[in-house]
Amino acid sequence: MHSGKIAVIGDKDLILAFKAVGMEVFSADTAEEAEKLVRKLAKDYAIIFITEDLAEQIDAVLAKYKAKAYPAIIPIPSSKGSTGYGAQGIKRDVERAIGTDILFNKEEK
Amino acid sequence: MAEKLKVNPTRMELKRLKERLKTAARGHKLLKDKSDEMIRQFVGYARENKKLREEVEGDLANALTVFLLAKSVSDEAAIQEAVAMPGTKVSLDLTTKNVMSVQVPGIEIKEGDVSEKYPYSFASVTSELDSSIATISELLVKLVKLAEVEKTCNMLAVEIEKNRRRVNALEYVMIPQTEEAIKDISMKLDENERSNTVRLMKVKTIIQ
Repeated sequence: MHSGKIAVIGDKDLILAFKAVGMEVFSADTAEEAEKLVRKLAKDYAIIFITEDLAEQIDAVLAKYKAKAYPAIIPIPSSKGSTGYGAQGIKRDVERAIGTDILFNKEEK
Repeated sequence: MAEKLKVNPTRMELKRLKERLKTAARGHKLLKDKSDEMIRQFVGYARENKKLREEVEGDLANALTVFLLAKSVSDEAAIQEAVAMPGTKVSLDLTTKNVMSVQVPGIEIKEGDVSEKYPYSFASVTSELDSSIATISELLVKLVKLAEVEKTCNMLAVEIEKNRRRVNALEYVMIPQTEEAIKDISMKLDENERSNTVRLMKVKTIIQ
């Protein structure tokens, strides 16, 4: 079962910062590495934070974990800044549920 | 147009189909109500999700920039060493909540003993590192909250989609098909009855 642990997957620069606050960190530079890590960590970590650039590349793998309560795999911006992938995820959810995007359109008007 | 159901035109079948139609109509109404309520809740979660994500992304980007700065001004090895043994350990309280019979996660940070916020000696690193670590540990609560809300959103979206398929299947396939079959059977039965009456009348004239 899942223990109450948080894992962070990202590039070396980023993960050092998270290590200091007590999360468990794993470095991955390529999509393949990230994919392997996700598969391994999904078994016993409750939350997995993954940098947006990596998450974008292994989108298909992450989609598999969406239906279960744990683990929650959450994209976070990397040190290069946000790519907008995380916001896009919310947009996708809204479109999926309601059929049209009602949250984001409003602000563009 | 929905495909026709193949049924025997008997009274028994008619009765069975009528019962089935009643159940389907009730199920359809229930599922539709469920869908409405799920969407209502989902919109709330999605709004929260969006707000949280914007906040977290902004704060995190700042914290990371400061961290990179800290890394560049001091020795790489010194930083590595400084954070190698974190003084705190994050642990979470995991539960599952029930939102419209979807099992969504409820995550809370367990209050651990924060013995040492900064797991290094202040002499070896710069103050930038201190401040970036302080921001990140403040952010931690928000990050966990974001994880919970975002996951809830994901799961609700999937469930709403599934539910909508069910509603549509009932509304556009199951119910019209059953109605059609009921009409067919009752027409066939009426026809049989009429032909029976005619036959009887004919027989009557022959014997007179």
